[in-house]
Amino acid sequence: MGEARKTSNTHRVSRRAMLQAGIGAALALPTAARGKEEDLVPEAMRVPGVPASPYGMPSRFEDKAVRLLTPLSTISPGTGSARTPLHLLDGIITPSGLHYERHHNGVPDIDPARHILLVHGMVREPLEFSMEALLRYPRTSRLAFLECAGNSGANAAQEPPQTSVDLIHGLVSCSEWTGVPLKLLLDEAAIVDGAEWLLIEGGDASALSRSIPLAEAYKYGMLALYQNGERLRPEQGYPVRFFMPGWEGSLNVKWLRRIKLTRQPTFTKEETSKYTQLQPDGVARQFDFVMGVKSVILSPSVGMRLPEKGFYQISGLAWSGHGRVRDVKITTDGGNSWSQAELEEPVLPQCLVRFRFGWHWDGGPTVLQSLATDEGGHMQPTHSAWKAQYAPGQGYHYNAIQSWRVEADGVVKNVHA
Amino acid sequence: MRRLMLCAVPTLILCMVVVLGAPAGGQNNLRLGKPADRARIGAWDIDVSPDGAGLPPGSGSARQGALVFEMKCAACHGEAGAGQPADRLTGGVGTLKSARPIKTVASYWPYATTLFSYIRSAMPINDPQSLTADEVYALSAYLLSVDGIVGKDAVLDAGSLAKIKMPNRDGFRNAWGRPAE
Repeated sequence: MGEARKTSNTHRVSRRAMLQAGIGAALALPTAARGKEEDLVPEAMRVPGVPASPYGMPSRFEDKAVRLLTPLSTISPGTGSARTPLHLLDGIITPSGLHYERHHNGVPDIDPARHILLVHGMVREPLEFSMEALLRYPRTSRLAFLECAGNSGANAAQEPPQTSVDLIHGLVSCSEWTGVPLKLLLDEAAIVDGAEWLLIEGGDASALSRSIPLAEAYKYGMLALYQNGERLRPEQGYPVRFFMPGWEGSLNVKWLRRIKLTRQPTFTKEETSKYTQLQPDGVARQFDFVMGVKSVILSPSVGMRLPEKGFYQISGLAWSGHGRVRDVKITTDGGNSWSQAELEEPVLPQCLVRFRFGWHWDGGPTVLQSLATDEGGHMQPTHSAWKAQYAPGQGYHYNAIQSWRVEADGVVKNVHA
Repeated sequence: MRRLMLCAVPTLILCMVVVLGAPAGGQNNLRLGKPADRARIGAWDIDVSPDGAGLPPGSGSARQGALVFEMKCAACHGEAGAGQPADRLTGGVGTLKSARPIKTVASYWPYATTLFSYIRSAMPINDPQSLTADEVYALSAYLLSVDGIVGKDAVLDAGSLAKIKMPNRDGFRNAWGRPAE
């Protein structure tokens, strides 16, 4: 570094000398000498940059930090998901353009001037709200994760996937959500005695709908209009989505068009045929709303290779739909000893938390794990304990401890340990 | 200066009144919702609950349904709903406790009303909400007839569809902590 600076100074002097001597003299310099000088003074300092732009984009050198597309079907391309590249990000906020997507029949293109939100069913006065009206209600903001109930389900397989961590865990993201408390609209429509559930329906080509207990929705439900400071992206439900912090992703219905108050759950397609978990006794868990406590080490993670032995900062994310993450323990020796990871502020309920842990790798094969516990005392199960809860082939609500084996050559493998 | 201060005092009092008054007056009295258009409710209220509420007038037979299925569904859901490339819809009854549970309408779904509502709201996937109520009744009857839940000659309407007891009717436990019905 010192050597480089000295060289650079030398060249700065010679450049000044050049200017004093006049342009003619500069032109007369041998091209080889000029080329060397340009190598040391970056081009970015010698050429004016491009002007400001209306909407900023990531550096062209960051083209790998994109969502991983995992369509479910060749016949309906809008059915499937796109996963957040968690291992290429840091901090806790997911950029809106990298927030995971899960659609059941594509992303609709909705003109907010024509979009209506209907509130009806067991209310005294069925109401409809234009987006213009909705935007006039008092708003609140909160940071919260959103996680698909199917996230991490790939790890439920006998053979754990060996590609990259986003394929396994990339259906969780975290944003600042801003919107109107649901209760303002419910109070205005006036709930009738006996209403216990809500049916929440999206205005997309799958008409995705879910039943939600009224009491909890009234307390925590938000009609989200903004994400990370800007209006929702179309793939996140523009112009308005339902948001229920910590509850399974598909309840946070996008392109929200209808809220119906009912006495009983409606048993919609997405709470019977899907988003239910079969247990070994043949009975399925239904209305399992809250996403459990989970953590995953992202650096290092499967598909990466540690170049040499020495110091590494282990870093990852933890979260719980039940509340705050209380602690994250790390083992770097396959579970023989556990240490507390540092939890980076802010540590918020129903929000991703960044954990970090300094590790000196001695170059030998080992297994890394993280174990999160939340403030309610919920703790991640082992892979085998999680598997024992459910029938074969189930994958919703997978939150077992993730094990990464570091081989002697530094390659990181996904293992069930 | 004195005059400015004189002006400021009443303004300050006014500000205090406004701030104190805000929580009581502001939020809940916005009333920006408009009475819902009856025609809109009629057109949008497409869900069907387990007791049959929401089922439209109309009817369809399993035999008609077989024809509609062949034309509009089989390309994705396979012959008689056997699956591939899209979800398997038929068979698998009695497999839920086995080493290879197969979830289909017949083996897994608790209510026939969900089948009707699924088809009506979202199928076929390339042309959702295009089927008539009669076609949806016919398709429901056909798919249920494949597994013998209704007869091959069954005709379904709002009354008869809601009365069907699915084989896995009691196969769900409400994890939210209250009975599912």
